Amino acid sequence: MAAPSLAPPRLLPSGDTAITVEFCRIIDELANHRVLALDRALAEEPIEGVTETVPTYRSLLVHYDPVRIGFEELAERLSALARLPVAPATRARRWRIPVAYGGEHGIDLEDVAKTLNMTPDDIVARHAGGDYRVAMIGFTPGWSYLSGLDSSLRIPRLQSPRLLTPSGMISIGGLQAGIQCLGGPSGWRLLGRTAVRTYQLHRDPVFLLEPGDAITFYAVDGKQFAEQERAAAHGEWVAQLVTP
Amino acid sequence: MSKLVVTAVGPVTSVQDGGRSGAQRYGLPPGGAADRLALAAGNCLVGNPPFAAAIEIGPFSTSFTVREGRVRVALTGAARSADVSGRPVSFNESCTFGDGDSLTLGVARDGTFSYLAIEGGVKGEPMFGSLAVLARAGLGSPFPRPLQAGDVLDVEAATTGAEHGIELPGQDDGPIRIVMGPQDDEFGEATGLFLGSEWKISATSDRMGYRLEGPIIEHLHGHNIVSDGTVNGSIQIPGNGQPIVLMPDRGTSGGYPKIATVMTADLGRFAQIPVGRGFRFKSVTVAEAQAEARAMADLLRTLPGRVRAVRNTDIDDALRNANIAGTAVNAFDSGTWQT
Repeated sequence: MAAPSLAPPRLLPSGDTAITVEFCRIIDELANHRVLALDRALAEEPIEGVTETVPTYRSLLVHYDPVRIGFEELAERLSALARLPVAPATRARRWRIPVAYGGEHGIDLEDVAKTLNMTPDDIVARHAGGDYRVAMIGFTPGWSYLSGLDSSLRIPRLQSPRLLTPSGMISIGGLQAGIQCLGGPSGWRLLGRTAVRTYQLHRDPVFLLEPGDAITFYAVDGKQFAEQERAAAHGEWVAQLVTP
Repeated sequence: MSKLVVTAVGPVTSVQDGGRSGAQRYGLPPGGAADRLALAAGNCLVGNPPFAAAIEIGPFSTSFTVREGRVRVALTGAARSADVSGRPVSFNESCTFGDGDSLTLGVARDGTFSYLAIEGGVKGEPMFGSLAVLARAGLGSPFPRPLQAGDVLDVEAATTGAEHGIELPGQDDGPIRIVMGPQDDEFGEATGLFLGSEWKISATSDRMGYRLEGPIIEHLHGHNIVSDGTVNGSIQIPGNGQPIVLMPDRGTSGGYPKIATVMTADLGRFAQIPVGRGFRFKSVTVAEAQAEARAMADLLRTLPGRVRAVRNTDIDDALRNANIAGTAVNAFDSGTWQT
């Protein structure tokens, strides 16, 4: 997958207990593959002193204990690992996630359609028709950032972010698509809502999605959404796992 | 079992411990005590593991009442007035309260967070190995939120035996040391302004982030970056040019460039800087910061060796029961009973 001519990543100190392995500064599918491949390599052959890793769109944040390994040694070993050819993921999980689009569930759908000169149905068809991957999870628990948004749906974030959006928002911002689990501030455009909880305490697993998982969406109506909400409240996944 | 009842409390007072790890890849920050050294010192004084759960008390007045038995506690961190029914309580020393005693704490002086460590720790259900409260995620135990008046914490009944004190090394009050990066190249000449200026912590700060007030730090290429991972102490510069230092309840990723990171050994000292007090940053190398991090780890490991018995509660009780407590207290003050 990775061509040998790819630029080596930059190894940047994030203080004295983490290294940012930065592949690029833009959203790039190949860079994200390399991030996830390095993450897998570290999981398969752990380096003594590395405490946890956080994959993002374009970098892998490697947390470590400076009592057990120093910056220079770890940077060298990460650099060598990152130069290895990118092996495809051996296990790609695929999820189908229901979305109630528009209306009270997706208050920006009409406005997004107007801005992009399409009908709301066009927007839904393009959004639900996409093949996404979880590029990273971050900011708040379960907030899943997806790559794979149709470029015709590229739209700037709101000038002024909303201070509080509901839980379960399916949203887009720039070239990013998202599943926001918890309610909170967001400047992204809200297209719909899902009953799927990517983070739910006292459920097994607490976190449903992993970086690297494949995602497709399908539309449900308000009544189905309400039923799925009840099921989710009882700890059901609601999301369908297509390829375990 | 005994009970510790929260009778009055301000905001930002919550159960905190050493925090959780392993779930940052799912967006769950580590949380945990803002001043880890103060937490560990308090726990050592009551015989707990260093990062056991304790009560992290924000800058405002707070009071507790003991029910159903005796409770041994120790106060560390930001100094403030502390008394039990008018009898002053010392910081950095354990003490034991009886059923019905009330501990009253004033507002923090010269700091932000005090820690009330309790012998046997706080009872609760850990999630990802921690009781630390992260209200945003509905996480933490025994309450998934900051403490409120009326909350009752189950705690171990105090064992008998000596009370303990600890001498902590004097704290450096120099600049807060930082490691530049990972996106310091987004700032150019503004880096000099950042390093050369005096900063103040804004009153709008919380356990997620400390907002700083000072000169505007301008970006070279705008303030949006593609979201990138964060650590405790990341200093991000949002669109308004006013830095935000990310604290234990931070977002695990952020979309603003990070000019620098507060070094681990200075994180607790930074967290204790009171709102409105001026301070400066100083850039150090990763190697220097790591040497300090290792020294801090050594200090944490050797804390139990710094603990000394200060007086014996059994004797205290015997004297009190014999109704000669007043004499005994004087004797303690002169050090007669110190071991």
